[in-house]
Amino acid sequence: MNHWRRKGMNILVIGLCSAAALIALVPLILIFVHLISKGFGSLNLAFFTDLPRPVGEPGGGMANAILGSCVLIGIASLIGFPIGIFGGMYLSEFGKTKFGDTVRFSADMLSGTPSIVIGIFVYALIVLRTKNFSALAGGVALGIMMVPTIMRTTETMLDLVPRMLREGALALGIPYWKTLLAVVFKTARSGIVTGALLAIARVAGETAPLLFTALGNQFWSTSLNEPIAALPLQIFQYASSPFEVWQEQAWAGALVLIGLVFILNVTARIAFRRKG
Amino acid sequence: MTTKIEINRVSAWFGKHRAIKNISLNVPEKTVTAIIGPSGCGKSTLIRCINRMHETIPGTRTEGEILVDGTNVLKQDPVGLRRRVGMIFQKPNAFPTMSIYENVVAGLRLNGVRDRAKLEEVAVQSLRKAALWEEVKDQLHKSGTGLSGGQQQRLCIARALAVNPEVLLMDEPCSALDPISTARIEDLIHELRSTYTVVVVTHNMQQAARVSDQTAFMYLGELIECGETKRIFTNPQEKRTEDYITGRFG
Repeated sequence: MNHWRRKGMNILVIGLCSAAALIALVPLILIFVHLISKGFGSLNLAFFTDLPRPVGEPGGGMANAILGSCVLIGIASLIGFPIGIFGGMYLSEFGKTKFGDTVRFSADMLSGTPSIVIGIFVYALIVLRTKNFSALAGGVALGIMMVPTIMRTTETMLDLVPRMLREGALALGIPYWKTLLAVVFKTARSGIVTGALLAIARVAGETAPLLFTALGNQFWSTSLNEPIAALPLQIFQYASSPFEVWQEQAWAGALVLIGLVFILNVTARIAFRRKG
Repeated sequence: MTTKIEINRVSAWFGKHRAIKNISLNVPEKTVTAIIGPSGCGKSTLIRCINRMHETIPGTRTEGEILVDGTNVLKQDPVGLRRRVGMIFQKPNAFPTMSIYENVVAGLRLNGVRDRAKLEEVAVQSLRKAALWEEVKDQLHKSGTGLSGGQQQRLCIARALAVNPEVLLMDEPCSALDPISTARIEDLIHELRSTYTVVVVTHNMQQAARVSDQTAFMYLGELIECGETKRIFTNPQEKRTEDYITGRFG
């Protein structure tokens, strides 16, 4: 009697967990399928090499927006990586104090701040002062959004490094800072890189903080002091336009955006895979 | 015999807890000293004071005097000290991001030695001294953590020997190993005695009897008795030592 009940409960619990896992996969798969079916048709070489064209003219692409997104992510990474990673190291090594708790709490607050608020903040901080929308302002906004994610994953990953590895290095007469970099940080590296990539993936699709910082641009621009195009902005503009051609290109843009994030994730995972 | 390590009235604290109390102990050069005692008696803390690993834990404190070759280590630069006083830990702690070769030369490399010929020479020598060379010579560039537990522990010994220390502190080096690996490490300790001064913490009394020249018995943070190993095990002077080695407690 008991035996059957136990078996039944086992099956029930395993079934529930598996079902939940499957259901979690469904939206992702649906998004992918939908994007491919809607966007793939508008994808061609011109999409990656040409500038947007006015309505009525056939062809045209989002080359400037793809480049613009890369520039913005580059600037954001220059801000987000060092502050996030060194900040995370501080929290893990010296941050078990009141001050560390304050930093941790602020980081959690910042990562919960709506991205549009960060956009307004950077608008006030940079755009109003320099009196123009710029790639720099957009990059700073995205960079600020990356910091808390990277900082907290770095801290968690470093905390996971066993104490005995650190002791092993110190006991060899290796200076503290070198122990930290060559042993502790290196051991946690793949986790930290994954965290940094997740941060990139998250900001790559952000639209709101770019609306009044990077603004968007229909033309080529690589200058940091001028408005710059970005994929999410372009998608936003095209998808909300009344023209069917533009709407189709918006789908293609969305597909490219997801594709970029996907490729980034996969390459980094391969590159930083643990040596067996 | 010259005294290599002289411990004078050393006490050590974790916060308010005094883990070892007023310990004095002499370790002669090129001998093996075993420290035995029940868990929590402070034997690990004592040897961790010698290379100042104790103070790497926040909230700890050490008092007294520990002389290695006549100079007080508690007033020395700990980084330089640890190159002369190596340590082997309870669990093998090979660096998981490094190959076997990189593990062995880690101490040299991370202290700025770049000469490849020299590094390779030291790696081979150290692995030989640690009786591991024959087993790993064909897989030097494989990950160090892929080895068995006993091999990893010998890898850690090779890594410690590579920086050319004079003293080796071993903190229960066999407690995570099977009997055969334990026997190999014990043989190794025997051989190391001709070149190094070894202090080994163990709660395995047979091990202490097998490998050491001198045995110290600690209980509740105090040094109860210290003397020639044979004498401690056959004719202990203190009641508590006798009770412990005859298995009446501990």
